[in-house]
Amino acid sequence: MRYAVQRLIQAVPVFVVTTFLIYTMVFALPGDPILALAGDKPVPEQVLDVLRERYHLNDPLLVQYGYYMLGVFRGDLGETFTGQPVSELLQDRWAVTAQLAVTAWIFELVVGIGLGVLAGLRRGGAADTAVLAGTTFVIAVPVFVVGYTAQILFGLNLGLFPTAGTDEGWPVSYLLPGMVLGSFGLAYVARLTRTSLVENLRADYVRTATAKGLGRRRIVGLHALRNSLIPVVTYLGIDFGNLMAGAVVTEGIFNLPGIGQQVFQSIQLQEGPVVVGVVTLLVMIFIVANLVVDLLYGVLDPRIRRA
Amino acid sequence: MPEFPPEATDRTASERAPETASETMPETAFETASETMPKAAQKTAQKSAPKTAYDTAAEDPGEDPGEADKAGGSLWRDAWMELRGRFVFWMSAVILVVAGAMAAFPDVFAGMGPNESCDLRMSKHGPGDGAVFGYDIQGCDYWSQIVHGTRASIMIGVAVTVFALLIAVALGLFGGYYGGVLDALISRITDVFFGIPFVLGATVVLVAFPGHGMWAMTLVLVLLGWTTMTRLMRGQVIAVKDMDFVAAARMLGAGDRRIMFRHILPNAIAPVFVVAMLNVGNVIAGEATLDYLGVGLQYPDVSWGLQLNVAQTFFAEYPHLLVFPALFLTATVLSFLMLGDVVRDALDPKLR
Repeated sequence: MRYAVQRLIQAVPVFVVTTFLIYTMVFALPGDPILALAGDKPVPEQVLDVLRERYHLNDPLLVQYGYYMLGVFRGDLGETFTGQPVSELLQDRWAVTAQLAVTAWIFELVVGIGLGVLAGLRRGGAADTAVLAGTTFVIAVPVFVVGYTAQILFGLNLGLFPTAGTDEGWPVSYLLPGMVLGSFGLAYVARLTRTSLVENLRADYVRTATAKGLGRRRIVGLHALRNSLIPVVTYLGIDFGNLMAGAVVTEGIFNLPGIGQQVFQSIQLQEGPVVVGVVTLLVMIFIVANLVVDLLYGVLDPRIRRA
Repeated sequence: MPEFPPEATDRTASERAPETASETMPETAFETASETMPKAAQKTAQKSAPKTAYDTAAEDPGEDPGEADKAGGSLWRDAWMELRGRFVFWMSAVILVVAGAMAAFPDVFAGMGPNESCDLRMSKHGPGDGAVFGYDIQGCDYWSQIVHGTRASIMIGVAVTVFALLIAVALGLFGGYYGGVLDALISRITDVFFGIPFVLGATVVLVAFPGHGMWAMTLVLVLLGWTTMTRLMRGQVIAVKDMDFVAAARMLGAGDRRIMFRHILPNAIAPVFVVAMLNVGNVIAGEATLDYLGVGLQYPDVSWGLQLNVAQTFFAEYPHLLVFPALFLTATVLSFLMLGDVVRDALDPKLR
């Protein structure tokens, strides 16, 4: 418990500084948003002043940030400069990205661990070599190349999956994008599982179990695998945040209307509030995922609780 | 830290050890990448992680600090003996030498200069007479364009990694060695930068400063990419600094600086070095992604990412636009990753 509290306290300053950094960077974007809003028409000084006052643009950056964070904790992400609440703008888009991330995540979990176990059980065998070579290759090919190739091959030429859009709903429309998004993490999970399993199979407790006369299946399934999965669970936990944040490219290729696409457009249109809103939430997800994994770790591995 | 008499220094070191050492692990499998390990994970790993090459190598010399360096040398020598026999090593090395040569002397390989003698009438024509790789959208010879694109990737990949490595070694060494407030501060700053999503963070900065060239890209990528190696370095330093040979050196009167740079650094750097090699590949892929998204390098710069950016609109009808730069990009990234992989294997006797 003391451990949990300690981790929580450590996470707070990290959260504040990270979000402040993002906030500063975004609002350092050149240009006066109020003037940009007005377009070419001249605007009376009074109107400008009222608008600036309303959006706290006259206050120092730190105060503006303070106002902003107060809003975030009340569920208010601010408004775009056209008056539309950011949270409303993002509502539907979060669902798309979350579905995509979950699909990718399940893919990583099931296939990644499967391949890792396959390779780890027969180290040096054909399956092991194939998994190692394949995963290195997947890590090396940039995700957008994987995306386009998959789109042409499986979507266009073979017609196995829808090529783009979300018309067919979850899971059909999300399968191919999910696999593309998850491919990198999958390769990591597979290699991590393999390495960890190989190490654990050599541990003393496995020898003890073998000496006791336990069957191979029981040794691997119950003893070695359970311990091997501890680092894998960690990676999977943290990777969920990465998947949410890393969906920009995949969403672009498969034309999925998620937050990645939205935030990318917003950055180029200099819509600061949307950018900060999304990135702040992503950082929150990231930090919470980190915390959950840390705490979960204590459950999985009793040595940590006592440490 | 001022010079303490040996006894006093020793005591402070051992008092400091418990809380700092438990926070990190000596990284054994780099696939477990420190980035993915929360503090808790590192705690157990610290206890269960078997000794790796550098640990054992470091323990060998016993009490004579002078031999620590020799042992470090033999670690690298052993690794070299191992590497010499690996096909993968030679294959990646050859690819990288070719890529490096293309980056340094593009004119030797390319028939044309960058964006030179382009003929719009040949736009997007596939491979054929006079142009083995066909033509790009501007009608430039695609082979020449791709060769000229090598420089951006290789330079950014190597420069980012070198700078990130320097930061990592400096922060990791000082943080890990001195501990205390300095260490806590460095660790929290690392956490902050680690928490910024890469693509979004880079996009925000790059859009805020338009008109950026290669060095601005390098700066942004360093800013977002130094954390992993720093964490790893710090963990290594903490693992090494409590070893007998460090205590021996201190008792012989060696100062902090000498201990750090002559004894700890050579024995802690190996895994960081491996991660740096892998990192070059990742940086190249990351840079290409930013180019591809349209926020990285801009025309008239020539880079693989930019070529892929253009290709995305036409790849269905003109696959050669996508295939060739993707091939070069993948081969380069793959070579760095495989090189890192085999060097790791060579440095880690556990896998032998």
